[in-house]
Amino acid sequence: MVVLRGITKRFPAVLANDQVDLDLHPGEVHALLGENGAGKSTLMKILYGFYSADCGEIKLQGDPVHIHSPHDARRLGIGMVFQTFTLIPAMTVAENAALYLPDLPPVVDTRRVAKQISSLGEKYGIQVSHRFPVRDLPIGDQQKVEILKLLVGRARVLIFDEATRVLAPHEIEGLFDIFERLKGDGYAIVFITHKMREVLACADRITVMRRGRIAGTLTRSEATESALVALMFGDAIPQEATSAPLPPAAPGSALLALRSVNTRPQGASTPLRDVCLEISQGEIVGVAGVSGNGQRELVDVILGLLPCAAGKRLLHGEDATSWSAGQIRASGVGFVPEDPLGMAVVPWMTLSQNAALGDVAAYARRGGLSLGWDRVRQDIVTSFAALEFEPLSLYAPVRTFSGGQLQRAVLARELGRRPRLLVASYPTRGLDVRSAAAARRVLVQLRNSGGGVLLVSEDLDELFSLSDRLVVLRRGRIVGAFRPGEVDRHEIGHLMTDSEVGE
Amino acid sequence: MSAFTSPARRLRGACAAGVRVVRKGWAIAAARYAIVLAIALLAYAVVLLLAGKNPLQAYSDTFSFTLGSWYGFSEVVVRMIPLLLTAIAVALPSKLGLINVGGEGQLYMGAWLATWGAITFTGLPAAVFIPLLIVLGFVGGGVWAAVAGFFRARGLVNETITTLLMNYVSPLIVGFFVYGTWRSREVGASAFPQSAAFPEAARLPRFFDTRIHLGLVLALILLLLFWFVLEKTAWGLKMRAIGGNPEAARRLGVRLGLYIIVAMFVAGGIAGLAGMAEVSALHGRLRAGFSPGYGFTGFLISWLAGGSPLGILTMSFVLAVVFSAGSLLQITQGVPFAAVNVLMALILFVVLMKPRLLGRLS
Amino acid sequence: MNWAFFGGLLSGTIMYGVPLLYTTLGEVIGQRAGMVNLGLEGILLIGASVGFAVSIETGNPWLGVGAAALAGALFNLVYAFLVATRRANQLASGLTVMFFGMGISAMVGRAYVGGGIAGLARYQVPGVAALPWVTRTMFNYDLLVYLAVPVAVLVWWVLYRTRWGLSLRAVGENPSAAFAAGRRISALKYQAALACGFLAGIAGAHLSVALARTWTEGMTGGRGFVAVALVIFSKWHPLRAIVGALLFGGAVTLQLQLQAMGAGVSPFLLNMIPYLLTLGVLLVWSGARRFAAPGALGRVYSGEE
Repeated sequence: MVVLRGITKRFPAVLANDQVDLDLHPGEVHALLGENGAGKSTLMKILYGFYSADCGEIKLQGDPVHIHSPHDARRLGIGMVFQTFTLIPAMTVAENAALYLPDLPPVVDTRRVAKQISSLGEKYGIQVSHRFPVRDLPIGDQQKVEILKLLVGRARVLIFDEATRVLAPHEIEGLFDIFERLKGDGYAIVFITHKMREVLACADRITVMRRGRIAGTLTRSEATESALVALMFGDAIPQEATSAPLPPAAPGSALLALRSVNTRPQGASTPLRDVCLEISQGEIVGVAGVSGNGQRELVDVILGLLPCAAGKRLLHGEDATSWSAGQIRASGVGFVPEDPLGMAVVPWMTLSQNAALGDVAAYARRGGLSLGWDRVRQDIVTSFAALEFEPLSLYAPVRTFSGGQLQRAVLARELGRRPRLLVASYPTRGLDVRSAAAARRVLVQLRNSGGGVLLVSEDLDELFSLSDRLVVLRRGRIVGAFRPGEVDRHEIGHLMTDSEVGE
Repeated sequence: MSAFTSPARRLRGACAAGVRVVRKGWAIAAARYAIVLAIALLAYAVVLLLAGKNPLQAYSDTFSFTLGSWYGFSEVVVRMIPLLLTAIAVALPSKLGLINVGGEGQLYMGAWLATWGAITFTGLPAAVFIPLLIVLGFVGGGVWAAVAGFFRARGLVNETITTLLMNYVSPLIVGFFVYGTWRSREVGASAFPQSAAFPEAARLPRFFDTRIHLGLVLALILLLLFWFVLEKTAWGLKMRAIGGNPEAARRLGVRLGLYIIVAMFVAGGIAGLAGMAEVSALHGRLRAGFSPGYGFTGFLISWLAGGSPLGILTMSFVLAVVFSAGSLLQITQGVPFAAVNVLMALILFVVLMKPRLLGRLS
Repeated sequence: MNWAFFGGLLSGTIMYGVPLLYTTLGEVIGQRAGMVNLGLEGILLIGASVGFAVSIETGNPWLGVGAAALAGALFNLVYAFLVATRRANQLASGLTVMFFGMGISAMVGRAYVGGGIAGLARYQVPGVAALPWVTRTMFNYDLLVYLAVPVAVLVWWVLYRTRWGLSLRAVGENPSAAFAAGRRISALKYQAALACGFLAGIAGAHLSVALARTWTEGMTGGRGFVAVALVIFSKWHPLRAIVGALLFGGAVTLQLQLQAMGAGVSPFLLNMIPYLLTLGVLLVWSGARRFAAPGALGRVYSGEE
């Protein structure tokens, strides 16, 4: 159906795709597997017209085609579901879909579009309420809208870029069911992922990419986990990120205690409801949940960015309910956010400037009239060395760093202050395998040296392997607290989404 | 007002970056400014031609009047003083990502409060009077701007809209007093709505037998302080962090609201000094509508200079020449004074149109 | 306080609200496409000066209005060019247009300062003949006044019920999604800017040709900025813009009425009312606007990378 030949794409710093060949067949789920940065997304964005290839050829049904924009791709029946959805949150489901209707009349009848959606949805088992603005839908439903949007637009080739990242386990199974039905109707599906388990669950054919090249293509029957790992990493198979078995947590004194904390609802955010949580020295407390169920608010309350409308916040045994963010930080609380570029650093400032921002009061000289830059540089270099990170340029604006480098820089800054409590939300999101492993190692190190860690993550594997205790957040409430050994991922998944089974 | 602030934040980020003159190579930066000016002047010549004027005559008049004589040059420097101050008043908040478009209003309020001081405490000696006027001018403009900063810090209304609207209020306040209780009753002067004359001790000293006054010293000191505080101090680092990424700054414990209000207060205060200096040093009275749009021009200067102190100095000079040309051409060629706006627009247009010429935009 | 006062207040509210409504509607269209245009003040001035000049030269005020609308639309292309093609900062681009407008209108209008015209023909509102005699003369409006609310409804219909409106809103909410859906971002922004300039041009002409019937430099008095504020107040919705415009028109009229009645308040203080009211309204309505603003408002769309 679709044939890619010799696709090459060079970005300023990297060769993202190097002479890539790929064949897609109708009625087949084709998985593209590889580490972050292996070039999977780039390749598919070329097919979708988001990037144009430096050289290479694309053939559709045997005819060479030129795809210069997503518009071209759409006309040719190629559609893509991105990691971050390209929905318009303020518009209704029907309006979002209408944008993709190829024969949309000049005067739009949204009811007719809605009907079209429901009939398509029934056919493939995708039920979404289409009357509401998309921002009011849960993440899983938003993804369904993305799929409907493509089907309405008559796409025959559907590309899913890391589509399972935001889904709970049973939602992932639901997605794979939809794949089955679509396959039956002759759709070609490309499924980009770096998760072995999912590939083996849904793919008919698996292409592994490594550093911009095709490492190999296997059919489902040929594929085994070890074969795929070998293709993904070549000789350099990384040690399992969390291989070290954790010693049982030594009960230390409580660092943080939230006592029936409530927050005020603000816009579309999920307010916390009666949240009680304790974190002690030497433990990692994992927070599971579908994103948007109060994780951000929980983190913000702990960091003092959001006031408690009711309840108490205790830090190091003291009542810290009315402390400011600055006081809380000064008391030894550090943070590693999900989006370091947007939340932890000033992008155009250098690494040393950003390091100084981590603790301006400590580096201020002569009452703030100048800053002790020598000590800033010394501290950050020491911290990099202590964490066994490769050093980075102190004088480059941090926005020139890769995601992994940036996360290491933030970790080095925060850990350099020897925090007693570290709040890490999605610390490995979007990182390549090695960087993610390094980040996890640092969290475990901190815990082993007596620090407390709050770990918010959407990766159940990560939560299960790192956490000493695990709580589940749903709609701003803690709906379950476990030790990782006591539950399995399906139970957690159902708790996360409030679905009927297993509760 | 968060609905409007979040997109505005992006807008501010872009604005704070402005046209950042690359540090290396003064010659290159100067050449870029020269090219922009040349294109703008060429385009303006066409406009003048279309209006039936002689651009060559106009330009040569302007040149000989402003730069051809010591007196002309000194007048350009006099024009430059309020422009320098209002430009700093825009550049300082822009470092925090705030857009202060209210220099004009703050300038009027500074002049207003200083005038109150000057006509109330008439018996003071100059050594007390001048510092008092400086404080009053600063407070007048500062409080006016801090209101916008407060609304912004509380997330109520974004400071761009507030400062824009308040620009239309402060000239009315000045008008109210100048036409009302403060109106001079002197014979001859009363035909023209203006306040009583300042006492001699309340006039800023002038230098070199010209109209160049103490405001120039104030402006240059403030420009130097502006650079020092932002580049060297801990507060400057925090302010630049707020401008670069308010979300991260907040998470790192910087008190955003406080910094926003204080920055707006100081900025407004500096614009207020411009107004105080104009009335105290030049007019010696408060008059309605005494500013020919210095506040807006200050915004333009700060933007063209990308908030860099040397850029502000250079562009203030250039715009001061433009202003002088405006009044000159009004007299010699009958071009309305407002036509200088066209020249300013052309300069901005060329800068915006050819971002690569002047360095990277946003 | 009698019939004349309230009748005059109501009639003036409508009269002074109308040009602001046209301006606000234009800005709603622009902001729905993601563009904050502070240059409206300049466009209004262009519309006012061109409208007045053409009315005098041709003797036909309707030609003046048409010319003003055209001039406004074409002039706003400067803004569209900077923002959509050169991807320049919107605020600075808006100020460029403002400066242009201030300067060019002064040059265009210079020859006509002090001139006067008859203005647009007025028609009485049907049915007012039954009212007490004092009010009868007050409810005479020109065609542009009668058209204002229908135009607001039309703008709403276009934005919410047509393909073009859907695409335009998509561009303002999320340009990359709109691009992914095959919309041409730049083209749509140009079209929005044309519509915005067209309406603002009409508004400017209405000020000089129908209301003041004369031209003075800077006669728009910040209405362009007030319109930007009213767009926020109306939560980017064309029909709510009617309320905002009437509110401002009411403030202007009240101030004029009080002055005419010789109320013992200085005209300078009364003149502040419209601006303070606009600000106050924004303050009071500041909550609940979290999701009203177009998602990509003010953002520079850097294209398909």
